[in-house]
Amino acid sequence: MATNTSGITLSNIEHFPGYVITRHLGLVQGSTVRAKHVGRDIMAGLKNIVGGELKGYTELLNESRREALSRMQAQALAVGANAVINVRFSTANIAAGAAEILAYGTAVVIQREA
Amino acid sequence: MADDLIAIASIIFLGAVGYIFGSLGQRRHYRSIVQREAQYRDILVFNEKLPPAEFAGQDFALVCGSVVMGGDYFRQILAALKMIFGGRLGSFEAMLDRGRREAILRMKAEARRKGARAIFNVRLETSTLSSAERNNKGGLPCMELIAYGTAWCAPSGAEKRAS
Repeated sequence: MATNTSGITLSNIEHFPGYVITRHLGLVQGSTVRAKHVGRDIMAGLKNIVGGELKGYTELLNESRREALSRMQAQALAVGANAVINVRFSTANIAAGAAEILAYGTAVVIQREA
Repeated sequence: MADDLIAIASIIFLGAVGYIFGSLGQRRHYRSIVQREAQYRDILVFNEKLPPAEFAGQDFALVCGSVVMGGDYFRQILAALKMIFGGRLGSFEAMLDRGRREAILRMKAEARRKGARAIFNVRLETSTLSSAERNNKGGLPCMELIAYGTAWCAPSGAEKRAS
């Protein structure tokens, strides 16, 4: 099974052909709130004149998403799961210049069918 | 009076800069998108939840691609004018289309790095990043486009068939 550093497999599917889910361990979640720093904001403001990708923000949100996922994986590890299935992402603007990235899913123990 | 002139001149200047570099950037971006789409055509993308039986027992992993797109100054002015009459806003359509295709390509790139052949249960999400406060000050549109799904490695039989 494809695993990453923390040993928790992630997926946004809930049924897996060729695998059996032996235990359900409930909902796990991870979130992070990040603010864009002023320098990035100014650069993005300039980039906004010509349009196109705002690389600073893309990077920021990617970092935050990784952080949210790894917090969720840490929770899953703590309850003794080896996978988080049915993962969903959500992004919310909480204040000017700050965004919350949330990842949640169901922690399970999954293994290949014998 | 002088202040008004400066304000009008700066709008015209920013509009011109936005139009020229925005159009160039868009054309270059579309060229690169078309080229990379050809390159990643062998990675199949589905929005069905379940992979077919031949993927049973293969490795899988979550893959995700995202991009933040901003609108340009000139097109923003055009769109504001267009909103008086309604109808389609071509410049925003192009911005979202570019962003979404880019997000899908980044997701496919991650799937290739993981050695996957197909991505199932692909979901596309769009969220607005510019806050209400900035919009009141005439802030420009800023959208995040995300594509994510579960990448599956190729069944061993399919690899044999392909080679």
